[in-house]
Amino acid sequence: MTMRSAGPILTVVGVLMALWYLAVVPMNAPWERDQAARAGRELPFFELLANTMAQERPVLPAPHQVLIGMWTNTLGCDAVGRRACRDTTPLTLTGVGQRLVASAGSNRSLVYHAWVTLTATMLGFVIGTGAGIVLAVGIVYNRAMDASVMPWAITSQTVPIIALAPMIIVVLNSVGVSGIVPKAIIAAYLSFFPVVVGMVKGLRAPDAMQMDLMKTWSAPGASVFAKLRLPSSMPYLFASLKVGIAAALVGTIVGELPVQEGGLGVRLLSGSYYGQTVQIWTALLTAAILAAGLVGIVGAIERRVLRRMGMGQ
Amino acid sequence: MIGFVIRMGGLVRLFFLGAVALSLMHLFGQMPPWVPVALLVALALALAYRPGMPRGLRALVLLALWNALAVAALGLAAHASASPELWSGVAAVWLGGWFLVAQIADLPRAPGLWGRVRALIPPLVFGATVLWLWQVVVGALNVPRVILPAPTEIAARFAASTDILWIDLVQTFVRGALSGFALGVGAAILFALVVDRYDFLRRGLLPVGNFLAALPIIGTAPIFVMWFGFDWPSKAAVVVAMVFFPMLVNTVQGLAATDSMQRDLMRTYSAGWWQTLIALRLPAALPFVFNGLKICATLALIGAIVAEFFGSPTRGMGFRISTEVGRLQLDMVWAEIAVSALLGSAFYGFWALLERRMTFWHPSQRGR
Repeated sequence: MTMRSAGPILTVVGVLMALWYLAVVPMNAPWERDQAARAGRELPFFELLANTMAQERPVLPAPHQVLIGMWTNTLGCDAVGRRACRDTTPLTLTGVGQRLVASAGSNRSLVYHAWVTLTATMLGFVIGTGAGIVLAVGIVYNRAMDASVMPWAITSQTVPIIALAPMIIVVLNSVGVSGIVPKAIIAAYLSFFPVVVGMVKGLRAPDAMQMDLMKTWSAPGASVFAKLRLPSSMPYLFASLKVGIAAALVGTIVGELPVQEGGLGVRLLSGSYYGQTVQIWTALLTAAILAAGLVGIVGAIERRVLRRMGMGQ
Repeated sequence: MIGFVIRMGGLVRLFFLGAVALSLMHLFGQMPPWVPVALLVALALALAYRPGMPRGLRALVLLALWNALAVAALGLAAHASASPELWSGVAAVWLGGWFLVAQIADLPRAPGLWGRVRALIPPLVFGATVLWLWQVVVGALNVPRVILPAPTEIAARFAASTDILWIDLVQTFVRGALSGFALGVGAAILFALVVDRYDFLRRGLLPVGNFLAALPIIGTAPIFVMWFGFDWPSKAAVVVAMVFFPMLVNTVQGLAATDSMQRDLMRTYSAGWWQTLIALRLPAALPFVFNGLKICATLALIGAIVAEFFGSPTRGMGFRISTEVGRLQLDMVWAEIAVSALLGSAFYGFWALLERRMTFWHPSQRGR
């Protein structure tokens, strides 16, 4: 983000926040009016206004309610337990660390659920990416694989393969495989195909001139791969890694829906069962932070790698 | 090592020979005799094949090879029971298929329609081989139907329940995905025109839109289900939320795709904003718009199906998948997945085809 666009971005975010607050009033007002009518009393406008921002189960929670929910579900006393609440303080860095550790052990905290989701996402992402790169190398070096497998890899991008997720979870559970592995499998195959397609494109990025130059040096196949094809593929690889890790996260969350074993997907679903809107919004915000963090980390690695290779901006 | 992989054609032939020999030792006793005979014929054809043959003969040999392999494959599938000779036979058919595909892929590139049709042969052969392998493995190992039904069972279920599949398709695709897609894409394009007029908005909204497009927006599904109820409006709302930002970002980029020379030319014609938009900027934006439409076509179906996992009326593809999984009726689940796969690629293909018709002038569409 350059300084020039910081102003407009902050303005847009500010306007979105203001619209959110404005929307809270009409969406939550009917319930308040209903309650007042049942109690048989008048509801002054300002009381109505204040009440719509502080409902326990609002139709649309106000931004500050979501933020407070985030606090109580991560570092607040509710999430870390009474003892940790007494012994630690969230005002120092070590205190925050201690509270995060305490919070990660309690299944009532978002830190715990985010950790469950994150580990499955990462495991699946690593497997899917590794397999994707291997297949891409095979496709680039083998005409038969290119002709027969590549069209399917491309088609898979247009097909909602995430629909397989509930079946994979339930079937693997019925044969005794549960916990992190089924979710990681879903995350893996969702990140697999974008990496295959991107990596094949990248490994083919060197043009005929560059390939010819390697040939005039009579470079063996291995060094053509290591010194020309692999470096040229890096921008493509990172572009598809960013798509892949976001897809892996979505896959893990959807994979958590059928089996109630913790994770952000469980928080979303149970929030929707019990009408706990603040819980849904906090889970959603956590998922968003996770996604932004993961994509951001991949982006940071990308910038460093490309700069060291002389390809960065 | 890589050179070794490239010369795999000969190696495949060698392995093919070995696998056929291994399976022949037993197949004559277990199978009707035409199965090993078909394998032998396939092997003879593979050994006799030379890339330098006359074209007609070459095509004939490859066609005969395919037929011999198909006969052997059908025989193996019909008499599948786990035994070493079955697995060596399976390996032989797989290697034979690989050899066939490798030879077709190595043929010199053909121009025109025939070349395009020929490019479809290897993936179709590969797909057929995978389906066949699935069938044989499920049959031979007696995999329970509650874990993995055979393709034939899925096809039978598909044929027997087309009415349910159609009801689900209408509910999820036509009502949920399509209406949400139309609303979201339409709103995004209109909004992109507004954003494009004000540089301030563009600099502010584009990064925010890019950021939001990378987030797991599918997680808003429970919220929309709560607001709009179980029926299709909530699914359409999820789809709108999913497609809006990718479409907005792509359209805004597209509207900025003209260069100053072209815009200056329009100004020398004293064309107004609308005229410039219709005659220059919208056509120039089309490749970006179609890119967005293709991305959103996939997202729309994903959104509509996954949103049904959070609550739906008693119909719809996502509903059917999650309830039939619960009842362990996996053949029905696979039938729904087949429908969603066909639907997804058809919807994507529609936009890709339209793109080719409407942006034939763009470099990415030329030279095919």
